[in-house]
Amino acid sequence: MKMPEKQAPAPPKPANGSEAIIRIEGIDKTYVLSAENIVHALRGVHLSIDQGSYVAIMGPSGSGKSTMLNILGCLDRPTSGSYWLGGENVATMPDDELSEARGKKIGFIFQSYNLIAQLTVIENIQVPLFYQGVDLAASQGRCVELAKLVGLGDRMDHRPAQLSGGQQQRVAIARSLVNDPIMILADEPTGNLDSRTGTEVLEMIGQLNAHGKTIVLVTHDDKVAARAHRVIHMKDGLIDREVINRPVPHAPK
Amino acid sequence: MVGFKLISSVKLGIKSLLLHKLRSSLTMLGIIFGVCSVIAMLAIGEGASYEAQEAIKKLGSNNIIIRSLKPAEESRQSGNVGRTFLLDYGLKYSDGSRLASTIPGVARVLPMRIIRESVRFDQNEVPCQVIGTLPYYKEIVGVDILRGRFLTEMDELYQENVCVLTLGLASRLFPYQDPLKMSIKVGSSYYRVVGMVREKNTVEQRTQSGKLSGEPLDNNIYIPLSTSRSRFGEILTRMSAGSFQMEKIELHQITVQMKDTSAVEAADPQIRTLLKHFHTRNDYELIVPLELLRQARQTQRIFNIVLGSIAAISLLVGGIGIMNIMLATVTERTREIGVRRALGAKKRDITAQFLVETVVLSVGGGLVGVIIGVITPIAVTHLSGMKTIVTLSSVLLAFGISGAIGIIFGLYPANAAAQLDPIEALRHE
Ligand SMILES: Nc1ncnc2c1ncn2[C@@H]1O[C@H](COP(=O)(O)OP(=O)(O)OP(=O)(O)O)[C@@H](O)[C@H]1O
Ligand SMILES: [Mg+2]
Repeated sequence: MKMPEKQAPAPPKPANGSEAIIRIEGIDKTYVLSAENIVHALRGVHLSIDQGSYVAIMGPSGSGKSTMLNILGCLDRPTSGSYWLGGENVATMPDDELSEARGKKIGFIFQSYNLIAQLTVIENIQVPLFYQGVDLAASQGRCVELAKLVGLGDRMDHRPAQLSGGQQQRVAIARSLVNDPIMILADEPTGNLDSRTGTEVLEMIGQLNAHGKTIVLVTHDDKVAARAHRVIHMKDGLIDREVINRPVPHAPK
Repeated sequence: MVGFKLISSVKLGIKSLLLHKLRSSLTMLGIIFGVCSVIAMLAIGEGASYEAQEAIKKLGSNNIIIRSLKPAEESRQSGNVGRTFLLDYGLKYSDGSRLASTIPGVARVLPMRIIRESVRFDQNEVPCQVIGTLPYYKEIVGVDILRGRFLTEMDELYQENVCVLTLGLASRLFPYQDPLKMSIKVGSSYYRVVGMVREKNTVEQRTQSGKLSGEPLDNNIYIPLSTSRSRFGEILTRMSAGSFQMEKIELHQITVQMKDTSAVEAADPQIRTLLKHFHTRNDYELIVPLELLRQARQTQRIFNIVLGSIAAISLLVGGIGIMNIMLATVTERTREIGVRRALGAKKRDITAQFLVETVVLSVGGGLVGVIIGVITPIAVTHLSGMKTIVTLSSVLLAFGISGAIGIIFGLYPANAAAQLDPIEALRHE
């Protein structure tokens, strides 16, 4: 992986008066598979996301949505370009700091839930805290609260295998909230769910946004995207077009 | 904070291992057997060597023992008188005085005549060994006087017909009476019992060359050396294979007590040279307990090295087994690793997690191995009567090695886990 050659200067001012918590500038992601086979997953993407907004990313398969989300989630570094997350340029961070950034600032919701099989519901919710070195006993109350919030107050000692897909995804939502992240990233969170449980999960995500959480969500479903403030359509590693469904309300924070 | 994280990691490790109970226990077996065999084998070896060394120590590490030995058949010079042979061999009184006067560092020289006879009292007849010796036998060989007294200079000087019995013989010969002051008959003479003793180191008399144990021996009669010489004479007749055999032996054994152990080393070759000079045949043997002790320790050392290597190999095999399973576990749990990385785990957190798991496996196996390893020698002792000694150092060694194996063989899989790319790991099916 090539490091970006130029060190970006101080965090840029937000473009318009709004509070951009995320700002990516000219991000490239290139996979060199062999000398003649080079995949350009992202090609100079610019994007800024405001505090408290609900953004949906759409686009055909292979257009770079997941790649984009991985970079937003600090799971991956761009080949070049800069990425400002809460005042820090994540694009050039060493691995340990990336881990730290993920643990502190990002909440993940995956398509396939990705709960840890040997842990109970409550323990799964605690995992991000464990890596932050938080005293688990002291934060037990908060985790219980979150479990109740997602409607699993009576299943806290169950293991993922004993839960339905919808319930598992709700545990994942609780887990994504536990470290009070700057934003929540969800890659096709309803992809594995039937429409009814999918709707339930989306309702819950909508609730989070209503309480001020910034959400970035990848989906193929127009109905899902319709819930967002803003829909970004990607194509061939670039942002093709953007649709504003409704304005971002001023966060009550 | 670190402590808390470690405790949680250990708990988590145990939880993950419990998810695959059979696999985990099978993996632990290698370490269990390794640790158990180290402890048990060392305990048995230690026990055996301890017994051997104790037996040798009883001979006295300051002593050099010279015994008369019947020379080999072809070298016998026999005065052939019909069907009677006269065999003249063994240690002489002159050997004793020469040893005392020429070998430096000699404290005392104790001559002994040992004659197999039977002793009679009333209706009882008991086989025994009549040992003609000097009063300081008491100190050199070591006897506890239980009743009466041991032989004295006066007894020796006047060739008194007195004797001292060992406790076992006394109880066999006198089931009901008090043996003190009674007269017993050995051969054709009567002896007055003046004392009863117990030999501190019974082994002494029975030690045959190359053998350290024999029948329990508690049937000695001690009489003054001069008495033995005059009553039994120097020619002893024995029936063997239908013919009488006459043997002329002055002394059966000479125990040379040296001033200290360093003198023993110097005296050993000197005594050999001296005896060789005056004995044309090989009719004696030298037993140097110190040398035997040294050999026993050397043997023990070699034994320990061999054992250690076997144990190391078995633990190595156990370690490879653990590593193999951990590599499989890492592959199997790639997804989990990806999730943990996404949720904020650093590379070293992942390393720690899998390392802890390996160490829990190996230390758990080590603990079980220690328990079985401590029980096994007890069972062996119980069933076979063999002496075993479980040393703390062997337990610590085995346990320490099992822990070290966990770390050494856990590092590679744990590192492999940490180096996984989070995205790839998350995508893993
Ligand atoms: N590790 C990789 N190595 C090589 N090429 C990759 C790698 N990851 C992604 N790509 C390529 O980058 C492009 C974008 O992939 P990405 O996963 O972002 O697509 P996507 O928009 O999420 O598609 P989908 O809707 O199917 O999930 C694809 O052409 C893909 O083949
Ligand atoms: Mg995708």
